[in-house]
Amino acid sequence: MTLNFSQLWRYEDLLAQGTLMTLLLTVIAAGAGTLIGVGGAVLVRGGPRPVRWAIRGYIEVIRNTPALIQLFIIFFVLPSLGLRLPPFEAAAVALSIYFGAYAIEIIRAGLDAIPRAQLEAGQCLGLTRWQVFRHIVLLPALRTIYPAFTSQFVLLLLGTSLASQVSAEELFHVGGFIESRTFRSFEVYAVICAIYFALVMAFKLAFAGLERLIFRWPMRR
Amino acid sequence: MALVEIRDVHKSFGSVEVLKGITLDVEKGDIVTIIGRSGSGKSTLLRCINALETIDRGEIRIEGERIAADMPNLRQLRQRVGIVFQAFNLFPHLTVERNITLAPVLTGKVPKEKARDLALDVLARVGLADKIDAWPEQLSGGQQQRVAIARCLAMSPHLMLFDEVTSALDPELVGEVLKVMEDMARQGMTMILVTHEMGFARTVATKLVFMHQGRVWEQGNPAELFADPKTPELKNFISSVK
Repeated sequence: MTLNFSQLWRYEDLLAQGTLMTLLLTVIAAGAGTLIGVGGAVLVRGGPRPVRWAIRGYIEVIRNTPALIQLFIIFFVLPSLGLRLPPFEAAAVALSIYFGAYAIEIIRAGLDAIPRAQLEAGQCLGLTRWQVFRHIVLLPALRTIYPAFTSQFVLLLLGTSLASQVSAEELFHVGGFIESRTFRSFEVYAVICAIYFALVMAFKLAFAGLERLIFRWPMRR
Repeated sequence: MALVEIRDVHKSFGSVEVLKGITLDVEKGDIVTIIGRSGSGKSTLLRCINALETIDRGEIRIEGERIAADMPNLRQLRQRVGIVFQAFNLFPHLTVERNITLAPVLTGKVPKEKARDLALDVLARVGLADKIDAWPEQLSGGQQQRVAIARCLAMSPHLMLFDEVTSALDPELVGEVLKVMEDMARQGMTMILVTHEMGFARTVATKLVFMHQGRVWEQGNPAELFADPKTPELKNFISSVK
């Protein structure tokens, strides 16, 4: 087999645009999913019983069904109920809901990991509940969940390729398009793979740097 | 009026009644040590004084103010009542300075620019001024406990509660914490301590309270109670911890 990457250079702009869309999709879904995660984790720990049940149901359904089917339901089924979303928006919503379910569990575990005695120490100093959360709970909880949360972020980034199935023009979809024009399957997917790999490694490096910057206190070994 | 008035306090956890009608007065400047076997209700009583536990019946007043978990100015009251825990409960992600200044700054007791001076002042009182920039994890257990005491002192409390503060320490570290508490006693701080340190109870305390089965079994002058316990339960307890 002879490798020929030269034909791919013509699609340089398309690849860059696809990469950008993948990043955008990841950031939107991670941002919205994190908001769902924080709200869900707070409610699942202290909300009214029906709300807790509803959130538990949401988590179980989302985590135990294929993300692709969830995306198809939003893109193909919702229009029959009167809600029609363009491909990119549908993918963003589906991935946000998907990421949110995992984020709730991760954040809940982080909050649960803070010893009750820490909260009591804060209360006994006359701090408000918000001050206790903001200054005593938040950072240690974040440190606890950081590895799981960043791993989930990476899985989300890789999972954005599902959006190609509803024709959202992210990186994998762009790859399919270029392959159909050049018939250089190996070269196309090798380059797409390399871009995903570079993106993941860049995020991992950034996360590691951020970790060193934020979580500076020594940990008991 | 006593600084702390405890009247017929009852507290149960499920079907287990832990406090069965506690009545106790603590005057300003008193050093009250509460002794007794595990499960006698000592720590629960201390937690009730600070409203960390809600009492089922009876009344606790501090400086005349009735304590309840749902009282509107509970936070203000807690700023006047410091509590030091057995497990130190320092905040691991904050330096010693931030552990001490967090509450005074957030509650408006001290402006941010004066906070470090306050930290240095209270740390000097517990002999740890040189540790102001350390992380809790870098300190020994005794040092952590002294920082926890300094953290309370920074709020200028009117009353300090100590819940078995030397129990989690290695024997060689107990002395440094007791010395700090003795210094505080000399300076006139009102203190209620749950402790197994009989030497402290005998020599520093102004009042000894022996709790047994959720009740105040005996109370009075420490020297007299140690020399002549009225009940066989206190007699047994004293001989068992000697």
